[in-house]
Amino acid sequence: MSVAVATECPVCAGMVGVPGDAMMGELLDCDECGSELEVTQLTPAIEVREAPMSAEDWGE
Amino acid sequence: MIRASILGGSGYGGGELLRLLLAHPEVTVSAISSRSLAGKPVTRAHPNLRGATDLRFCDPDEVTGCDLLFLALPHGEASSQWDSLSSRAERFIDMSADFRLDDPEIYSQHYGPHKRPDLLPTFTYGLAEVNREEIRTSTRVSTGGCNATVSILALLPLYEADVVHRDRTVIDVKVGSSEAGAQSNEGSHHPVRSGVVRPYKATGHRHTAEIEAVLGRSGAARVHLSVSAIDMVRGAAALSHVFLSERLTEKDIWKILRSRYADEPFVRLVSERSGPYRLPEPKLLAGTNFCDIGFELDAASERLVVVSAIDNLVRGSAGQAIQAMNIMMGWDERTGLGFPGLHPI
Repeated sequence: MSVAVATECPVCAGMVGVPGDAMMGELLDCDECGSELEVTQLTPAIEVREAPMSAEDWGE
Repeated sequence: MIRASILGGSGYGGGELLRLLLAHPEVTVSAISSRSLAGKPVTRAHPNLRGATDLRFCDPDEVTGCDLLFLALPHGEASSQWDSLSSRAERFIDMSADFRLDDPEIYSQHYGPHKRPDLLPTFTYGLAEVNREEIRTSTRVSTGGCNATVSILALLPLYEADVVHRDRTVIDVKVGSSEAGAQSNEGSHHPVRSGVVRPYKATGHRHTAEIEAVLGRSGAARVHLSVSAIDMVRGAAALSHVFLSERLTEKDIWKILRSRYADEPFVRLVSERSGPYRLPEPKLLAGTNFCDIGFELDAASERLVVVSAIDNLVRGSAGQAIQAMNIMMGWDERTGLGFPGLHPI
């Protein structure tokens, strides 16, 4: 079992746990702000970005 | 185990206090008074407590000899009756506005002349996030107002971090009907009250003084408060518009809020990008002692909108009093306040 690592959430700067066996494109949740994050790089360091969201119509 | 009593227990705040105290493992409720309902079961005023207690309301003069006395009286009563109250308990928690402000002049501007200004320095403002250490050693606590509580908790980290223009804060609070108390009037008649968006105090709300007093501890503070009554029973929700004095990112705001509230058991940061509950929503907080805080940063200006919500009867009154009691008594401050709320509701 690979060791988990932590990376910074690009939205709230909280720490996000990333499983050691994470794959490119895997979706993670930030426990701090609830953002859905996508793994965009595995090496040399884990990188994540905010996952694209489907647009929601809030009546604007 | 301590013996606690409630003076003025027939109102909504007194009822919530009783509900929380009956479930508190360290407290026995020895008496609860109501002048108009003396001799009647407390369930006459608080039917949600059927089966939970066989207490009856007593006359206020019969409330004596307890360890802690909660004062849930109308504004002005605790201060005017103090000489007859002060020997009835070792500790006091007042839920009215009588002892919230330190300055009698400022009190006078908002509430009229204070009947016992000499007592003001003897009470500690009871918002734990502001005064935890002072509450710990105090025997007299005054809980904060509901609109003030929801506003102060939203703004405190930003004022303390000194990242906002300290004279340009506009707070827009929406409140439920329970904030007006248990007595009905022409404005609360159902055909009149139902469906309203009633700006009952667009300027000059009394809680302005309390907000400025607390935020002013870290420097000048001038806030502009408007309060509207909406079609909701419980809850207070605030949009606090502040203007940043320096350029900050969303991450910076998160860091400021997180560093201030990371260890607070009853403040939650709620600012999500998706889902129906992205920002604090008072209906999820009904019955809880939480204050939820979130924000949106206006990308087109330096305006930051801080969104906060509470249950006005719990976090804004009875729950805050219980939290203060827990701190005064040296107990875990979460004791008796663990209810997480309901969903859906």
